Amino acid sequence: MKQLALVIDLNVCVGCHACVTSCKEWNTSGAAGALSDENPYDRDPSGCFFNRVQTYEAGEFPATETVHFPKSCLHCEDPPCVPVCPTGASYKRAEDGIVLVDYDKCIGCKYCAWACPYGAREIDEHQQVMKKCTLCVDRVYDQKLPEAERKPACVLACPTNARLFGDIHDPESEVSRAIRERGGYTLMPEWGTRPANHYLPRRRGRDTK
Amino acid sequence: MRPALSVILFTTLAGAGQGLFLALCVVETGALLGLLPPQDGARFFSAGTALALVLLGAGLVASMFHLGRPERAWRAVAMWRTSWLSREVIVLPAFMAAVSAYGAAHWLESGGTLVLGALGVTLCLLLFVCTGMIYACIKFLQEWATPLTVVNYILLGCASGFTLAAAFSGFAGGGAWPSLAVMAFALTVAACLTRVAALARNARLRPKSSLQTAIGVSHPKVVQKSQGFTGGSFNTREFFHGGTRAQVRFVKWAFLILAFPLPAALLTASLAYNLPAFLVAAFGVQYAGLLAERWFFFAEANHPQNLYYQAIS
Repeated sequence: MKQLALVIDLNVCVGCHACVTSCKEWNTSGAAGALSDENPYDRDPSGCFFNRVQTYEAGEFPATETVHFPKSCLHCEDPPCVPVCPTGASYKRAEDGIVLVDYDKCIGCKYCAWACPYGAREIDEHQQVMKKCTLCVDRVYDQKLPEAERKPACVLACPTNARLFGDIHDPESEVSRAIRERGGYTLMPEWGTRPANHYLPRRRGRDTK
Repeated sequence: MRPALSVILFTTLAGAGQGLFLALCVVETGALLGLLPPQDGARFFSAGTALALVLLGAGLVASMFHLGRPERAWRAVAMWRTSWLSREVIVLPAFMAAVSAYGAAHWLESGGTLVLGALGVTLCLLLFVCTGMIYACIKFLQEWATPLTVVNYILLGCASGFTLAAAFSGFAGGGAWPSLAVMAFALTVAACLTRVAALARNARLRPKSSLQTAIGVSHPKVVQKSQGFTGGSFNTREFFHGGTRAQVRFVKWAFLILAFPLPAALLTASLAYNLPAFLVAAFGVQYAGLLAERWFFFAEANHPQNLYYQAIS
């Protein structure tokens, strides 16, 4: 069974936020309506985003490393957000493992957001429905797009190729090989959610000389 | 977690309404067994049922304010196989229907009140379990993921409901109020014990998740430098109570005093001075205490997603 996912290489992410803005641009322009913002040009701006890049520092000064960390829905193989949904608006597609929200069924009770340990879901304050990363489901199957562009907007935008996209259940896919050969790991494994998205850890030392 | 007023009102109002209904059924059964004075059906049971329905209805209205799309609330009955929230949405109206039928049967003196009462009691207990499990089933909200959560919803609802039943009985007449006050006292003591047990358990909790597991960097020292945006977002609002440590501690002591020893003292005073007016004060104080208790219940729960939102820039 297919499981589409992102594999994010923490060695090369430079924290430029191009994936954040391209995600917002694509997903605010689709048939599902805008990803709305509150006071975007005013005090206390706020808004609905599917993808964020965060920055962490590991180590003790001066031996520190800056880690840029892109964060979006992980499309868990055992998603805790799905069974708690009272309406069935939150669901996991059998055909490709993408976790989606049916905006026409969502009642905005926020229970799924409580049930996601990663904080991957955000309510759209204008539509009052829960939203989250769709893995650009409205791009990746679009036959009108050239095949090379049938990828999530964030993957196409990344200038360092830090984001890989593919089927992690196909052992020969680019993402499966990257996970296997480069020690791909998942977030908060302690909760048994089995995220589909993986991260490639920093390699020790410097690659370039 | 951010304590939502709608959910605080719903769970406290419905809990008191459920407890009141259970108290009415206890009085009817007790009278049948000759342990409690018999009551006038229309005056006591129908009026008491109406009061319970007012509380449940008010709770239902309050719960609607929690929904972004209340007009679609009917859809929430769909996923009862997996979702405790869906089960609650089914059981609540079923319980209200049973309570209405019970009150109507007493009003019309049509009989069958014991059967309707038994049905109501079953649905009432199911509703308590559904409400408690909504919180207890989220395993990574470690403060909630304990059977004590369900036990507390049951006992806190029963304590406030029986206190209200005693106050109601004091004014409706029929002579059952001293017995109800004794039962309310016992339930308040029991609820105090289990709620304090939950507090003690949660004080010893060690979070399973850390910044290391959240981002998968194993170095013992990891700090967030930026959450990725300067403004707020749903993630920075929904999962934090927004108060200071001192405020949270104040609310904890407020509920520990208002919900348990103060109403227990007022219940005792009503019996000692044979004055049912104290019971009204007991319910008022206890209900205020339970509002604080519910606020604290949410504020205390520490969602692991907060690990990702520690520093703006």
